[in-house]
Amino acid sequence: MSETLTDRRTATRRPDLVAWFSGTWLVVLAVLAAAAPLLPLPEHVDLTRSLTAPTLSGPDPASGHLLGTNAFGLDLFARALHGARSSLAIALAAVALGAVVGGALGILAGYLGRTVDTVVGVATNVLLAVPPLILLIALATVLEPNARNVTLALALLTVPTMVRLARANTMAFAQREFVLAARAMGASGWRVMTRELLPNVLLPVLSMAMVLISVLVVAEASLSFLGLGIQPPAPTWGNMIAEGEGRVLEEHPHVVLVPGVFLFLTVFSFNILGEKARKRWDTRSGAR
Amino acid sequence: MAGSGNAHMRAGADRVLSVHDLVVEFPVGRGQRVHAVSGLHLDLVRGETLGILGESGCGKSSAGRAVMQLPPPTSGSVVLEGTELTGSGGRALRRARARMQLIMQDPVSSLNPRRRVADLVAEGLDIRGEREDRRARVDAALRSVGLDPDTVRDRRPHELSGGQCQRVCIARALVLDPALLICDEPVSSLDVSVQAQILNLLEEAKERHGLSMVFVAHDVAVVKNVSDRVMVLYLGKTCEVLPSEGLHVRAAHPYTRLLLDSVPGQENGDAPGERAAELPSPVDPPSGCRFRTRCPWAQERCAREEPQLREVGPGHHVACHLVE
Amino acid sequence: MSEPLLDVEDLRTTFHTPRGDVHAVDGVSLRLEAGRTLGVVGESGSGKSVLGRTVMGLVSSGPGVTVSGRVSLAGQDVHALAPAERRRLWGPRVAMVFQDPMTSLNPVKRVGRHIDEVLRLHLRLGRREARERTVGLLRQVGIPEPERRAGQYPHELSGGMRQRVVIAAALACGPDLLIADEPTTALDVTVQRQILDLVASLSRRSGMAVVLISHDLAAVGGRADRVAVMYGGRLVESAPTSRVFGAPRHPYTGALLASAPRLSAAPHSRLPTIEGRPPDPADPPPGCRFAPRCPRAEAVCRGGAPPLLDLAPVGGHPHEVACRLPLEAESTEVGHGR
Repeated sequence: MSETLTDRRTATRRPDLVAWFSGTWLVVLAVLAAAAPLLPLPEHVDLTRSLTAPTLSGPDPASGHLLGTNAFGLDLFARALHGARSSLAIALAAVALGAVVGGALGILAGYLGRTVDTVVGVATNVLLAVPPLILLIALATVLEPNARNVTLALALLTVPTMVRLARANTMAFAQREFVLAARAMGASGWRVMTRELLPNVLLPVLSMAMVLISVLVVAEASLSFLGLGIQPPAPTWGNMIAEGEGRVLEEHPHVVLVPGVFLFLTVFSFNILGEKARKRWDTRSGAR
Repeated sequence: MAGSGNAHMRAGADRVLSVHDLVVEFPVGRGQRVHAVSGLHLDLVRGETLGILGESGCGKSSAGRAVMQLPPPTSGSVVLEGTELTGSGGRALRRARARMQLIMQDPVSSLNPRRRVADLVAEGLDIRGEREDRRARVDAALRSVGLDPDTVRDRRPHELSGGQCQRVCIARALVLDPALLICDEPVSSLDVSVQAQILNLLEEAKERHGLSMVFVAHDVAVVKNVSDRVMVLYLGKTCEVLPSEGLHVRAAHPYTRLLLDSVPGQENGDAPGERAAELPSPVDPPSGCRFRTRCPWAQERCAREEPQLREVGPGHHVACHLVE
Repeated sequence: MSEPLLDVEDLRTTFHTPRGDVHAVDGVSLRLEAGRTLGVVGESGSGKSVLGRTVMGLVSSGPGVTVSGRVSLAGQDVHALAPAERRRLWGPRVAMVFQDPMTSLNPVKRVGRHIDEVLRLHLRLGRREARERTVGLLRQVGIPEPERRAGQYPHELSGGMRQRVVIAAALACGPDLLIADEPTTALDVTVQRQILDLVASLSRRSGMAVVLISHDLAAVGGRADRVAVMYGGRLVESAPTSRVFGAPRHPYTGALLASAPRLSAAPHSRLPTIEGRPPDPADPPPGCRFAPRCPRAEAVCRGGAPPLLDLAPVGGHPHEVACRLPLEAESTEVGHGR
């Protein structure tokens, strides 16, 4: 028996409570967010319908406003769930886009090398050289702040990371003899990349995507907080937190705390699960 | 000693493979080049096995891969069943590749870890778009290498032992019904008892499918066991070509003798040994005979003049100034 | 028989894994006198490497591992020592050489420093003295121009030279016992022979005992006084080298010898094989572990573990075999080597 085998086996597996909690939170949040328009929730966006609702009321299940209301009488729980819709949808779409584009570029650069690699390398390095927030602000000032443009801007942010990861994994796997074997059997470059390399590069890219989702949720919130993302009164967690500006936070902390806790728990959960996935499917363990 | 020439090439028609003046060089930066293979000639008759013997760095793997055009050689000609492979482009080359298959040293690494055995074996068929009888042909190939299709079909490589993985690799090669099998150290990562199984399997496959084989290895006893002819390489040059029958008695080249004396259990006290242990750099190989720096009998002439292969017995060619 | 330098008794190394307990070494007893060389031969998964590491004390009881039995090295029970005391054995008493000379040397340390550091740590030598000893050791292991080589980095040396450096570092403190785990597997055949010759001559000169672990019976054969054959974590045969090659008594040893191709055999001769696979270390078969693959096996073999019994004629060197139906003493004459 090889030593590595025994070492790996001696690491005992025990149920990971934190990971379970994270998974549960994400599932519950996703289900509630998806079902939000169908749920009998108080008004979350239309100011004309919240005229009769109490403003800035604290969390009180008895009042029908589970987590209280904001300065316009809109229900915070409803806004948090609807905010999750846009926050998660934007983050997921951006990561998916980044993974597809970055992964494809990374595999191309890693497998073809030479000119392709140089061009892709220079492009990613240029992107990495610009501080992310500056890049986002620059894009937001040029583009109209709507969901599609925010998604595109955030996707651009993930591309360099994805390219690097996919390129490194591709280069590692391209050294392996199964790639040579496929070529010896007459496989074309396209087939080698899609059938031999892609399945092996996919897992590390997906694990990284999990981690990046949490980064993008925060990035999207930051943009919205700065007023460069989704515009109020349409809710996202970022612009909800921004409502706490001025004296509101001191007197009515729940206005900030409610979206803050949603944001924290979600980012935390994606991080925990992403790290777990990454450890499991890292380049090396993908080897056997 | 390690020299050049093509005196060992045979005339005649039924040749599966003939390689002329094969040169493989790799740039290593600063304008320097590794001379992996320098002017190799070889030919292979249908149903014949040629063993290529040598230590690491002798160019035996590079030669095998250059024949496969993976990567194509720096210069030289490779003719497979009458088709010139060097210089032929993508599609024609890919078609020719089905006629020659490669078996590599590390069977686990040569199988994509994310795919199942059935798909791995069918890979060549899929690439060539041969859809009919896919399942039947895969099962037949698995059975012919001694694996039970029902138990292994849905397994992944990491669920199999090294020996079983090598059987899958052989099945994957045989399913395309090739004319030539190039085996690059196919048993050196396997345990002795498994090694015997794979060697027997290769022999059976060769007989059943009428294959010709190039068998590249460092183990003299293994090469002798499977080969009809043995070619000994040193630093990219041919030292000796001889029939494997009686190889351990007839071998005449000092390097072949050194290899034979190094076989465990064959040590003999009066062997002259060698002069220096270091293998010269393939970037700047010695002048004249490349083996002279390690040769116990090297003379001034060996540095000056490169020995040519010449016949010293029936089918036995040696490149050494000192062999009569 | 003199007091043995190494006395291993009923050694068991068990790894606790999610799949169950893996008995990598399962009741091995052996002895080795000073100045002698013992070959330990087995295929992958036989437990030979774990045995070497457990004897050395590199593997010891801890999380996920249980070691039981006794390893006595020059009268000291290796596994009863505190970790700090055990570390003090490594170097002066026992040293190890691993398979891969690429990874056993630190790529950013000069060759000389690998040896320097051992000398200064264990023998408390001064800088200059350590340097002189280092050059001497490098010369002793046959490295040309040792002064220049000591200043080079490992990647500037060939595989064989690197393995010589590893051996020099292992010998630095003059150990009583050298455990070499597949020391030549990663090397070329011509270099393999040089390294094995070197270990043999060093052992002769200094009276150092050697445990030579290998998968290659023939490679060990030329250098060992005795050979112990392992299968499935147990010793199946232990005998003087000439007996193992000339008259193996365990069917596994016989089959292993027969399955290696021989130079004297005609080309294309079919090799006798051992059918089946080695036992799953997490779920070994009952009784003799080789029984499922053994052509001679009968019901009795599947009953209980066969004891290791001495089958040598009275007065001869012990020839221990763990088999209920051993091969005949003058069975198939297998030539030494291939």
